[in-house]
Amino acid sequence: MKVTIDGIELDVPSGTTILEAARQIDTKSAPPAMCYYSTLKDSGGKCRTCLVKITQSSAQNTRPSMRLVPACRTLVEDGMVVQNNLSEEVLEARKGIVELLLINHPLDCPICDQAGECDLQNLAFEHGASGTDYKEERRRFPVQDIGPDIKLHMNRCILCFRCVYVADQLTPHRCHGVLNRGDASEIGTYIAKAVDSDFSGNMIDVCPVGALTDKTFRFKSRVWFARPMNAHRECTACCGKTVVWLKGDEVLRVTARKDDVGEVKDFICNGCRFQHKKLEDWVIEGPMHVDRHSVISQNHYEQLQGPQDA
Amino acid sequence: MQILLENSSVAGIDQFDVYRQHGGYASVEKMLTMAPNDIVEAVKKSGLRGRGGAGFSTGMKWSFLDQKSGKPKYLVCNADEGEPGTFKDRYFMERLPHRLIEGLIVSSYALGVNTAYIYVRGELSWIITQLEDAIAEAKSHGFLGSKILGSEFSLEIYVHPGAGAYICGEESALLESLEGKRGYPRIKPPFPAIAGLYGCPTVVNNVETLAAVPWIVMHGGEAYAAIGIGKSTGTKLISACGNIRKPGVYEIALGLPVEEFIYSDSYCGGLLEGRTLKALIAGGSSVPILPAHLATTTAAGEPRLMTYESLFEGGFESGTMLGSGGFIVLDDKACIVRNTWNFARFYHHESCGQCSPCREGTGWLEKVLERIEHGHGRTEDIDLLVEIAKKIEGKTICAFGDAAAWPIASAIRHFRDEFIEHVSLAKDHV
Ligand SMILES: Cc1cc2nc3c(=O)[nH]c(=O)nc-3n(C[C@H](O)[C@H](O)[C@H](O)COP(=O)(O)O)c2cc1C
Ligand code: SF4
Ligand code: SF4
Ligand code: FES
Repeated sequence: MKVTIDGIELDVPSGTTILEAARQIDTKSAPPAMCYYSTLKDSGGKCRTCLVKITQSSAQNTRPSMRLVPACRTLVEDGMVVQNNLSEEVLEARKGIVELLLINHPLDCPICDQAGECDLQNLAFEHGASGTDYKEERRRFPVQDIGPDIKLHMNRCILCFRCVYVADQLTPHRCHGVLNRGDASEIGTYIAKAVDSDFSGNMIDVCPVGALTDKTFRFKSRVWFARPMNAHRECTACCGKTVVWLKGDEVLRVTARKDDVGEVKDFICNGCRFQHKKLEDWVIEGPMHVDRHSVISQNHYEQLQGPQDA
Repeated sequence: MQILLENSSVAGIDQFDVYRQHGGYASVEKMLTMAPNDIVEAVKKSGLRGRGGAGFSTGMKWSFLDQKSGKPKYLVCNADEGEPGTFKDRYFMERLPHRLIEGLIVSSYALGVNTAYIYVRGELSWIITQLEDAIAEAKSHGFLGSKILGSEFSLEIYVHPGAGAYICGEESALLESLEGKRGYPRIKPPFPAIAGLYGCPTVVNNVETLAAVPWIVMHGGEAYAAIGIGKSTGTKLISACGNIRKPGVYEIALGLPVEEFIYSDSYCGGLLEGRTLKALIAGGSSVPILPAHLATTTAAGEPRLMTYESLFEGGFESGTMLGSGGFIVLDDKACIVRNTWNFARFYHHESCGQCSPCREGTGWLEKVLERIEHGHGRTEDIDLLVEIAKKIEGKTICAFGDAAAWPIASAIRHFRDEFIEHVSLAKDHV
């Protein structure tokens, strides 16, 4: 199927979403996705940051779509023409949605563990306005323990529902989900039940913001002071392929590996994540790739080349 | 013109025997002499449009139902009526429960459906009992259940109460709720006609829509289409409220002038003594508000009629929508800012919270309006409200976002002076 996105034409198999097609062209200019997660079934459609404009629905139907559509949940049609960054309307809508995602956000980045690897920070930086007219009180929730390993800062949550899909799809009995309605919605557990299953830790990795944090890592270090290294170990529960975040010889935390759009393809078990915090538990493969635009890239040398090699 | 409410004042009409004596269930007998598709064609010819708010062609919706999937098909009656200002389905069901059951039977036959559901707003507990009684009566007389009147057609109807969320009236949220899940609207496509209840092809129709079908079966699509004007055919139930002399539910032939509906003694009977018309909300809380002069005439000076087209004349600049027929009349003493705040409160409270523009935006709208209404508004707040409404409108998963934004944008469009007066009298600012 032929689809044109921002003037660039490409061929994709039927069943491809506009977002996936745009990512094939370039992951950087593709629409931002705060809720969609390719490895979590049914995710997407909720945050609305990926809205794009269809200027021609298909080769047969040359009419534009009536409204903006979510790129993550809209399938490409043959001959479809899409505007993403070239449409003022899209950029304006996106700016509005970023603002709405932030009006109730505490903006506590200076004390948030996610700072430096936060999708909301990046989104606001790339697509947001510099200010807001929001003058009202922000919504507040107490910080909660959900289970032995995870801390929930509900104030920071953008209700992307990814953690709910993790619980649904990776753990045997989901005992947490969204409680209440509207802007009173919150992530909560079933009558204060602990979230404790072998794969629950993946919620932390899929959470785009600092709402779910690793209790073994909280406040230990800013992420950009840690050294992320690809590592692996023999594991019977999961793939055993992880990133260990080092400070000297100390393993500060273990996370799953993310691809170039920040998604985990191989989820890891809680054993690898929370219980193997010694350097000798791991076979270090080498530095994780860090995009040079990320703050984590400071003091991070991947392919060290001497002047003689250059 | 009474098609739906014809026998509504007959004593005991909610009982099977009385209903039957007045011609009830005749359409079930007649349908068995017809091919299912003949009924679909008759409904198409009738021009009947969905009475739940969107006004989509019922015949068209029916013909979209996937007949080839090999899966069971379902018909779901949307009786979750929760729109502020709209109370016609409730009025209808408590008087004529059998007419709804009859409508479901003939519609199910037309669609090839063997299981139908009525999703009733939970607060209407007595109606749930009435409907269940009506179903039991219809069954015991052979009009419902297996092999209806000895034919090969069987149908079961189940009544399911909602639990009080307005959003469960949105058809895909309704289906989720019916499946026992949280009432979150689904992301479309797929539409229910392809993947609805339990992933099977499903038609969702409003109470009033289904109740019109027996008449169409008895009298033919042409006879129905002869009532009304242009693409607004047939009759419509209008629930009239506000400061009028005769609030209540009226059945009108579409095409009646708005002026006549408000002032005639056959309908609203005019405003209360000494009051004059200030504004009209013609189709329930979700549609744009109109000032008096645009309520009874269009911007071009034509008389405004009670039709889908005439009410929309002028687009959102100077028009509105027929919506679900909740007709709210505001008089010269009504405060538009207060009314707008009240609606904003409702939409904030009822947003399901699934998508960010609506979840965050409805709360913001309410907070700003609350401030203005309580004397803490700023001049900039007025344009801010318009801006927030724009950030929501057209960007959400379901039409709720538009429904929350439109009333506010239109109130400011037509009554800006009143908002300015509120903020200029404000005592302190935030
Ligand atoms: C927020 C929201 C609430 C709704 N509530 C109702 C309702 O209470 N009753 C109803 O019939 N339709 C309601 N609708 C419209 C339904 O989604 C759907 O269009 C309708 O039931 C289809 O039936 P119809 O074609 O017979 O009108 C609502 C829509 C939205 C977006
Ligand atoms: S806690 Fe994180 S992953 Fe879960 S819904 Fe909130 S933002 Fe999304
Ligand atoms: S528009 Fe509002 S009600 Fe509809 S899905 Fe989004 S949050 Fe829920
Ligand atoms: S990523 Fe598409 S709506 Fe969130």
